[in-house]
Amino acid sequence: MNLVLNKLKRAWRGIVWYLREVSGEARYDHYLEHFAVEHPGETPMSEVEYLRAREEYDRLHPNTSCCC
Amino acid sequence: MTNVASSAAAQAPAPGRLEFENDYTPAEAERVIRNSKGLPVGVRPKMVWTWPKALLWAAIAIVGAIGWSILAVSRGEQISAIWFVIVALCSYAIAYRFYAYYIQMKIMRTDDANATPAERVHDGANFERADRRVLFGQHFAGISGAGPLVGPILAAQMGYLPSVLWIILGVILAGAVQDMLVLWISAKRRGRSLGQMATDEMGKFGGMILSIFLVVMTAIAMAFLALVAIKAMASSPWAVFSIGMTIPIALLMGCYQRFLRPGRVIETTLLGFVLLVLDIVAGGYIADSPVLAPIFTLTAPQLVIALVIYSFAAAALPHWLLVTPRDYLSTLMKIGTLVLLVIGILIANPSVQVPALTELAFTSNGPTFSGDLFPFLFITIACGALSGFHGAVSSGLTPKAVEKENQIRMIGYGSMLVESFTAVIALIAAITLSQGLYFATNMSAAQIQATAGESYSAEASPEANAVAATENMQVSDIEGEQMTTTWESVDENGDPVVYEGEEALTKAAEDLGEQSIVSRTGGATTFAMGMANFLKSYLGGQGSLGFWYHFAIMFEALFILTTVDNGTRVARYQIGEMLANVKRLKKFGDPTWKPGNIITTLVATALWGGLLWMGVADANGGINAMVPIFGISNQLLAAACLMLVTVCVVKMGRAKYAWIPVIPLVWDVAVTFTADFQKIFGPLSYFTTAANYRAQIDSGALEGEALANARAALSNAYLDGVLSVFFLVMMGVFLIVGIVVVAKTLISGKVGVETTSEEPFVESQWFAPSGLVATKLEKKVQREYSAKLHELAQNAEAAA
Repeated sequence: MNLVLNKLKRAWRGIVWYLREVSGEARYDHYLEHFAVEHPGETPMSEVEYLRAREEYDRLHPNTSCCC
Repeated sequence: MTNVASSAAAQAPAPGRLEFENDYTPAEAERVIRNSKGLPVGVRPKMVWTWPKALLWAAIAIVGAIGWSILAVSRGEQISAIWFVIVALCSYAIAYRFYAYYIQMKIMRTDDANATPAERVHDGANFERADRRVLFGQHFAGISGAGPLVGPILAAQMGYLPSVLWIILGVILAGAVQDMLVLWISAKRRGRSLGQMATDEMGKFGGMILSIFLVVMTAIAMAFLALVAIKAMASSPWAVFSIGMTIPIALLMGCYQRFLRPGRVIETTLLGFVLLVLDIVAGGYIADSPVLAPIFTLTAPQLVIALVIYSFAAAALPHWLLVTPRDYLSTLMKIGTLVLLVIGILIANPSVQVPALTELAFTSNGPTFSGDLFPFLFITIACGALSGFHGAVSSGLTPKAVEKENQIRMIGYGSMLVESFTAVIALIAAITLSQGLYFATNMSAAQIQATAGESYSAEASPEANAVAATENMQVSDIEGEQMTTTWESVDENGDPVVYEGEEALTKAAEDLGEQSIVSRTGGATTFAMGMANFLKSYLGGQGSLGFWYHFAIMFEALFILTTVDNGTRVARYQIGEMLANVKRLKKFGDPTWKPGNIITTLVATALWGGLLWMGVADANGGINAMVPIFGISNQLLAAACLMLVTVCVVKMGRAKYAWIPVIPLVWDVAVTFTADFQKIFGPLSYFTTAANYRAQIDSGALEGEALANARAALSNAYLDGVLSVFFLVMMGVFLIVGIVVVAKTLISGKVGVETTSEEPFVESQWFAPSGLVATKLEKKVQREYSAKLHELAQNAEAAA
């Protein structure tokens, strides 16, 4: 019983992980990881600041997704 | 450049994972690639055969072969649509495992010791490693669109066999090869775009041609797909309301994410999806209401105006407010609906109504597209088998995010196989409807009148005329008898009844919540009818047919609206960049310059809006005239991509294997140039059409609306003709440039990395598995990698 429960828990965590990654929700977490290594000791942007910066970047660098 | 510590932080190994025991077998140990620091960074690809594996592949091959022979030889008997799914999946599996692997070994020679752009640049923005499974999903969302849903539907008039052959063999030998190889050349060149790579490898002239071609192609694709959406929405209050409401839903989602829950994408998407379902349900009530229905009943020209205004607003509004949230919705719909559909087909187990080849396969005047099977069937089924536009996507974000070179096969080839599978599903949707229904839906009013001939009556209902027209067409069904119009439904008492003839068409429209389904050309209506039939089989039953039909229309329309925004935006930047090449107009290169933005948006919108307007104004419905333009331009772009790949392959000194991109290139050139030639010269050409209209106008026999229609058709035909000439000249020149570069390289014999723009080798510090599922060996290497990283980090600390 416990084994099944554990397996279900793992599967659920996997699904959440995948959705967060694929939807871009986990992007800020990756930014923090990246920042901690590249700029140790400095304060990273807050999540809202990061999202704004990212939006601005995407606006100026539109990616080509397929139109057909 | 990344140091070891950064990778360690990015993948902080869980304690349990550190338990690495050196338990490689000798054969396995040989395959592990280690870098100079002793880190295991990859596994050399190798086919390891065991008995169970060999038996499994033999079984797949046998099942696939049985499936193919059933599809190819069955005559005069019913077959199940599930065979199409089986045939596709078996063929894909074999192609992916063997052919794509062969290309990987012989041409790409992927090497996990070499760092990918994500690792070389690693800027934390676009050049950031993405897990291979995540990247697969994102790449698929990037390449998939409404294209594969439209082509197979239109092609179904000739029977299923040529379509299914081209969709499956085409993707295996051409489409997926192109996607994977473009992804590969771009990943070897720091994720450069198609235009930049063409400039680097084939000179400035080649690059310029490709850039111009991309803009024109984007405009044509947008116009064509928008036309498909408009054909599905015109005079359908349910569709207009539910699709129109996606705009306020997106605004709401945008605000929710911006102000209430910043960054909570999944939550926002779920909220949007719930609203979307409620919206589709509400559409049904709107359509039934005598007060509200007329407000949302719009004609095609009105919809064009609405769409153009909308796309302008979308370009002006901030991104987070409208475009981003709708992207979420359409991505969710793309992947979710595909899964629902496959389950639906398996449960509904529909039987195929259309024969392998219909009589129309041997003529050139079928209603959905005109021209002979070769070449026009192959350009009508564009995106599901071979799509040039994917080259632009494969050289966009994906190569910047891929972790290891060995993953390119899975991401590039694999995603395109899924795209092709979507096309197979669209084909199933079309061929499981009765043929009479299919033709009644896919013939324009003018075609119905012409085909019905003497049976046509201006007083009769469109349904009666459509049935008269299909009775006049000498087309057989799968059992070899004259095709019929049928619709399976239930009567007032809930008993199953098969309606026939005119009744079938009216009953179908009633079940689907539409006023009429006659002359709903463009393929979207047909696809939605098929899809509704699959989904109602296990979700909601007969009563849910109207909901699922409009769900399907929504599914296609969301793709198309995303295309309209995205395309306008991309075309705007491309136009800006092109203008910036002119000295005096340098300012256009600056994307923050507002006046420049407005001008380039205007140009982009005028391009596709103009084409769309002409399509709608066309008396024959426009689809028939637009399909070849769209298909030819998209597949000419594919020829350009394959040419570019060939140049790179030859420059790397792998000319021996150049046949891999050259075979699809030659086929594609044969198809597109023949089609384009026939569209410029001869009886099918746009100029002949134009001359006919000119003669009619000059004769003075036309008056009023007929005269206006003829004038519109005349200018359409001229524009389409000019575009065809433009394509032929541009791509002819591009191919010649490519052939010259190849010839020069072969004659001089100078090959190798230094002759191309490929980046020199840089040692990798990352490890990640190659396939969708990590192998046993890869799991062992992962453990060793984590342990070694940990050790290296500790050593570094101790040294400090």
